[in-house]
Amino acid sequence: MLATNQAKIAGLLLLVILLATSMWMSIIYGYTDTSWKVAIEALINNNGSNQHIVIETVRLPRALIGAAVGASLAMAGALMQALTKNPLASPGIFGINAGAGFFIVLFVTFFQVSSLHMFTWLAFAGAALAAIIVFVISSVGKEGMTPLKLTLAGTAVAALFASLTQGLLVANEKALEEVLFWLAGSVSGRKLEMLVAVLPYFLIAWTGSLLLARKVNILMMGDDVAKGLGQRTNVVKFGVALLVILLAGSSVAVAGPIGFIGIIVPHIARALVGVDHRWVLPYCAFIGGILLIAADIGARYVLMPQEVPVGIMTAFIGVPFFIYIARRGILAK
Amino acid sequence: MRKYISLRIGKQISFLIDKKAMIISLLLLLISIVVFIVSVGSGEMYISPLDVVKTLVGSGSAMNEVVIHSFRLPRILVALLVGMLLAVAGSILQGMIRNPLASPDVLGITGGAAVAVVAFFAMFSDKNNSLTISIHWLPLGAFVGATVAAFLVYLLSWKNGITPMRLILVGIGVSAFMQACTTLLMITGPIYRASQANVWITGSVYGVSWKHVSFLVPWAVVLLLISFISARKMNIQELGDELAMGVGVSLQKQRLFLLLLSTALTGGAVAFAGGIGFVGLMAPHMARRLVGSSFGALLPVAALLGAILVMLADLAGRMLFAPLEIPAGVFTAAIGAPYFIYLLYKSRH
Repeated sequence: MLATNQAKIAGLLLLVILLATSMWMSIIYGYTDTSWKVAIEALINNNGSNQHIVIETVRLPRALIGAAVGASLAMAGALMQALTKNPLASPGIFGINAGAGFFIVLFVTFFQVSSLHMFTWLAFAGAALAAIIVFVISSVGKEGMTPLKLTLAGTAVAALFASLTQGLLVANEKALEEVLFWLAGSVSGRKLEMLVAVLPYFLIAWTGSLLLARKVNILMMGDDVAKGLGQRTNVVKFGVALLVILLAGSSVAVAGPIGFIGIIVPHIARALVGVDHRWVLPYCAFIGGILLIAADIGARYVLMPQEVPVGIMTAFIGVPFFIYIARRGILAK
Repeated sequence: MRKYISLRIGKQISFLIDKKAMIISLLLLLISIVVFIVSVGSGEMYISPLDVVKTLVGSGSAMNEVVIHSFRLPRILVALLVGMLLAVAGSILQGMIRNPLASPDVLGITGGAAVAVVAFFAMFSDKNNSLTISIHWLPLGAFVGATVAAFLVYLLSWKNGITPMRLILVGIGVSAFMQACTTLLMITGPIYRASQANVWITGSVYGVSWKHVSFLVPWAVVLLLISFISARKMNIQELGDELAMGVGVSLQKQRLFLLLLSTALTGGAVAFAGGIGFVGLMAPHMARRLVGSSFGALLPVAALLGAILVMLADLAGRMLFAPLEIPAGVFTAAIGAPYFIYLLYKSRH
């Protein structure tokens, strides 16, 4: 663990460099490899050649979206784990991704929605609905839910939305074709405009999370202590929930439900910098971005020339990790 | 008035029969018969209950005979049996894990079967979208998938024995893994295969034939009998680890046996009707509210409730949006998930 502030700052700088490198690799490697020279040329002095167009319209958006979505999902996971005091909490396990996905499929099927702007709002609505259900469950009673019950409640919400989505898709085969790849979670084939459309929400949520980090630390000490210290815990909880909805909702709108980033990354971050969320959250952001981009690069090579949705890659990496945490018995307390 | 009637057969066998449970079971039996008859009568061509009964006993019109016998009856019989199997599997798991929130879908058993089914479509389809081997092998595949998943969950949660909580959490992880495998297989294949698999995953008794029924009936009868006989063991498991060991039970062995039993029950159900969710969760709870948690009474009541639930879900799927068919699994999830959350809310203390 990094003990001193200097070490933590050095670590953060290292992560920035790693993130930049992975984005760079994401731009260069793939079905057709390019060289870094060509890539720079394409960015600075685009001459309209095929290669340059591929870099500008395919590779670059993909790397940027991967970084933004990875960062957001990881931060959402960290916030949820803090709020629910459950080490297995994440937007994927708790059905928030599934809720967003269901709303989009619902409206694509019945109202032929295809505008990107609507997608974002629908994803927010779905994420919010699922989040409200989970948070209401988590806060009933004096002691709230045990972590185990909360995890089960989350999976039930996820199962409900998944089943409704499947029901819709059974009734509408054409929609299945359109949304199947999206539903698995993927950052490929997205235009830069998609990122631009949700960027304001991302920015608000990132800043908001960092600003709330101190309050989250206090909240982690337990409701009674936090109240004793003069915190209006309900306001803080509401704020954190709102941030989770913004982060997860925008991520799903752009990339579909990508699971497990939200579980793994906060654990890595906490192992590196401890439980202070002023450090955990920025670390999560960078590690999340790196992990998602790495998974995405891997997704291009596994079944070459076909691509695997990155959501499947993250599940394959994430499940062993999830089982490891479950086995370690962290929930036993 | 005494609560129990004791029943002795010779010197070796004796039962205590709970009067209340018996009355409730009979009542539920009556309800399930009514649902059955209504369900057989409903569809594109309406047949009145009286005519249904007439046809079933063999004196109906030829037209009704054809409609009921070749189209509706097999499907509704499968719905009935599947409901029973899932409900009993759920009851066993909940008793064994001592957590009212366990069910075959949460533990990843259904998910394993789903992977097997999608893999089946992927491996045995040729270029013209026709299967290279008979579709009748599909249930076997689904069953193998369910068993593999159950073993995986069991092995991964083994750490000096199995604790219920670890089993559930590992189950959640394994079902996420299975879901990723399913999606991967669906995406790498052509789209018609994906939609074929999608119907199955959601859970539907659409298109079953008498052949399926003849597979399912012996499977269901044998397993349900074994379950009813093992009710004693479940009662002991519910007491908690220490007490169960104290009365001289080999805890881990029994746990493995019960897990196998519920896998076999689930496997049989999902093999024919796909991943109809939440039945294994709801039915045992409703049953417990009606007759308490002693397994001798719980299992039959849960089985009847499960049968009623799946038959109703299938009926709703056929009728509500006709001519469009909605898989029964959508309805069970739509009722089941809110019910589940209500249960969590109730059990918060």
